[in-house]
Amino acid sequence: MKRQLTLWLPLAIFIGLATSFVLGLRKPDDRLVPSHMIGITVPGFALPAIGTDISGLSAADLATGKPHLVNFFASWCVPCAAEAPQLQALAAQGAPILGIALRDRPADMRAFIARYGNPYRKIGMDPDSRVQINFGGSGVPETFVVDGKGVIRYQKIGPIADSEVGDLLAALKTAS
Amino acid sequence: MLSVPLYADSTMPAAQLANVQLPDPAQEAKAKALMETLRCLVCQGQSIADSNADLAGDMRSLVRQRIAAGESPEAIRAFLIARYGDWVSFAPPIDRTTWLLWAAPVLFLVAGGALVAGRLRRRR
Repeated sequence: MKRQLTLWLPLAIFIGLATSFVLGLRKPDDRLVPSHMIGITVPGFALPAIGTDISGLSAADLATGKPHLVNFFASWCVPCAAEAPQLQALAAQGAPILGIALRDRPADMRAFIARYGNPYRKIGMDPDSRVQINFGGSGVPETFVVDGKGVIRYQKIGPIADSEVGDLLAALKTAS
Repeated sequence: MLSVPLYADSTMPAAQLANVQLPDPAQEAKAKALMETLRCLVCQGQSIADSNADLAGDMRSLVRQRIAAGESPEAIRAFLIARYGDWVSFAPPIDRTTWLLWAAPVLFLVAGGALVAGRLRRRR
């Protein structure tokens, strides 16, 4: 009996491993990297504006006593264009949206908001991703809820779907 | 709808120190060694030293700037871990979830030793 076991055990282990490897290959681990800055105050920053009509963005604009949505986006980012209607819907329902444009040029950003609309109250230019790194963000688009004291409360990775507009409004309400 | 952020490349040139070495070779060596142990957040399997992603370039620039300012590599690693978790580092710490990983070689050595000892005794 014991001999039987030692004979077949290696084969059983091999089949177990092979199965897990094949399953792993079929379903690659395409994971998102969540921010570890939730619950932490945004480190200080001051980002320049794209022109004179829309002001730039600094950390002081976040700690105003009221919660904000901070949306990281870029003119070269296709999913950012896809979520533009959802941002417009949020702005129409009174959500204060602040934009941070990643690795972008003012002229390109102007063309982007001329084409897709401007739901942003302020837009800061983050040319070397420094502020994105301070938020713990790793891609575009990403949307954070920052409370009135400047503490990050919520992170949405990827474009906002129609069904997620309500979630963000709720997260804003929770943060106030 | 896409649920994964697509990190398309911007048309902006790479950040100042993304692909430019520091003038001080000792500092550059320190920065390079650190960059090889930091994980790219976009391509995930690569280090930021190996990745062509924009964000990896921006992180290289950040590492070089901080090294040039006299910050220690471990302080920079801690700065990034505070933002992204242990995940960003290729040098996992020993804690409740990772101790088995670190202990495994010793455990396998002990098990192998016991096996060999058992065989030798039986043969005698």
